[in-house]
Amino acid sequence: MNADLRILVVEPNPERVRDIVDALREAGWSDVKALLQMSELNQTVREFSPDIVLIDLTNPDRDTLEHISHATETTKRAVALFVDQTDENLTQAALNAGVSAYVVDGLQMDRIKPVLQTAIARFKMMRQFHFELNAAKQALEDRKTIDRAKGILMRQRGMSEDDAYKLLRTTAMRQNRKVIDVAQALVTAADLLS
Amino acid sequence: MSEVVLNCGYVPLVDCAPLVIAKELGFAAEQGLALNLLRQPSWSALRDMLALGHLDAAHMLSPMPVAMSIGMGGLPARVDALMVLSVNGTVFGVSNAVASALENVRFGDTTALLSGLSARGAKPLRVGIPFHYSMHRLLLSYWAAQAPDLQIEEVTVPPMRMADAVSDGFVDAFWVGEPWGGVAVQNNVAKLMMAGRDVWQFAPEKVLAARHEWATQNEDSVRRLMRAVYQASAWLDAPGNKPLAVEILGRSEHLSMSPDLIDPALTGHIVPRTGASPVTVDRFLQFHSHAASFPWRSQAAWIAHHLGADAAGIEKAKTCFRADLFRQNLSDIGADMPQSSEKTEGAMMFPTSVASARGEMILSPDAFFDGRTFDFTAAVR
Repeated sequence: MNADLRILVVEPNPERVRDIVDALREAGWSDVKALLQMSELNQTVREFSPDIVLIDLTNPDRDTLEHISHATETTKRAVALFVDQTDENLTQAALNAGVSAYVVDGLQMDRIKPVLQTAIARFKMMRQFHFELNAAKQALEDRKTIDRAKGILMRQRGMSEDDAYKLLRTTAMRQNRKVIDVAQALVTAADLLS
Repeated sequence: MSEVVLNCGYVPLVDCAPLVIAKELGFAAEQGLALNLLRQPSWSALRDMLALGHLDAAHMLSPMPVAMSIGMGGLPARVDALMVLSVNGTVFGVSNAVASALENVRFGDTTALLSGLSARGAKPLRVGIPFHYSMHRLLLSYWAAQAPDLQIEEVTVPPMRMADAVSDGFVDAFWVGEPWGGVAVQNNVAKLMMAGRDVWQFAPEKVLAARHEWATQNEDSVRRLMRAVYQASAWLDAPGNKPLAVEILGRSEHLSMSPDLIDPALTGHIVPRTGASPVTVDRFLQFHSHAASFPWRSQAAWIAHHLGADAAGIEKAKTCFRADLFRQNLSDIGADMPQSSEKTEGAMMFPTSVASARGEMILSPDAFFDGRTFDFTAAVR
């Protein structure tokens, strides 16, 4: 289930990087890339396109990472960073707020797995939520377009609303297209002609 | 009065001075406040810690609460600006290589600098800024928009790495808060070309931020905190206190900076290039005078507008600059304040007298370098 997840680790200390990468591999994540040089961050994020980025909370380069995430559509990626210490409440609050975690303080590798799993579950939920939100928005837009197309038919051809919709539907079926596409074409044509 | 403990986050820059002074000179203690100052490694970390309730209040870039209140950038949390912590205080500088083509540009000559940089050729100018939601970036875009030929590439670089980023050739220029521009000059890697105030004479730079909900539930703590910080700001802006302020900040563990790095920002004596004599920049960094700490709702509106908010977003942004709390909490300690909470931003070319709570007060010029004005009082623009 985790095989498709790309993880980027940003950490200047090579030893820590090795430990983290090992812990991730052990936990079943193999598509892991480590970045030691901040100057390559922009390019790496664009090319590797990670699902999750791990960076220490105390790393000042986090602001740079945020900027890059901002430029590369954050909603597509878990802005999964953060946290150390032993503060379980904070970690939980962070997770609930949509921030994921980096629990490597004192190299407590055993904690990487559960925290990342929560983070990923959370991320997937958010992504699903965004997807559904967009779908709902789209449905609303489609509905408006179809209503406009029906209105045009009712006005121009003196049809009832039902007949207008039937005409749209049969036309769509005949042309093997979607109702929304036919409606869109009609609305566009009407706009051009008006 | 029982003691209240507050955790307040900051990023080590000269303009966090009001917080350090409030603690070190006992203004906080006078209010029955134990102020824990917690240094934060980055603006994103500071924002997260505040949003998650690990910090009660924080020294924040003025566009951050605005961006958050209109649903941009990072965590969806409602964060308010209780008051403005500082006005102006940033510098724009270029690498030595870029500076060599700008020999004749006088410090602070915004237009000559624009044409000089535009003449550089087609290559975009890589400019280091500290954070995406910063006054630095807004001023940079506002200023550069006047020169359509000048292509800017913004790169986020933590302030303390700015000097290195210039010397490594990672950026051609930077817009940064003090002391980091001064550090670049001290390292002989850059030349400072102008101060933030040359683009906007009265730009709210940092604010004292808190979660909206927390501020509502902790009225008493908010009151104590605002009063302590207000008094510290007033102390900081008294000319006779500057040398002592430099001394205190220089010794403070909160900044870990030597006094010679702190002095230029507080006194406005800016050294543009290694070995050069300092230029005096009027109102380089203000904490208190001319209602500097008053959170003008129109300032929030200007920020929201330049972040790309629509009319509804601008109205929402206005409410996160808490002029109401400022009036409520500071009136009875002798703070004078304007009667209006909004002004036409950019309209004052000269110090101007306005109606205030105690009669009248003088406001600083707030003009933009291009003379534009912004009136956000109308609901529909």
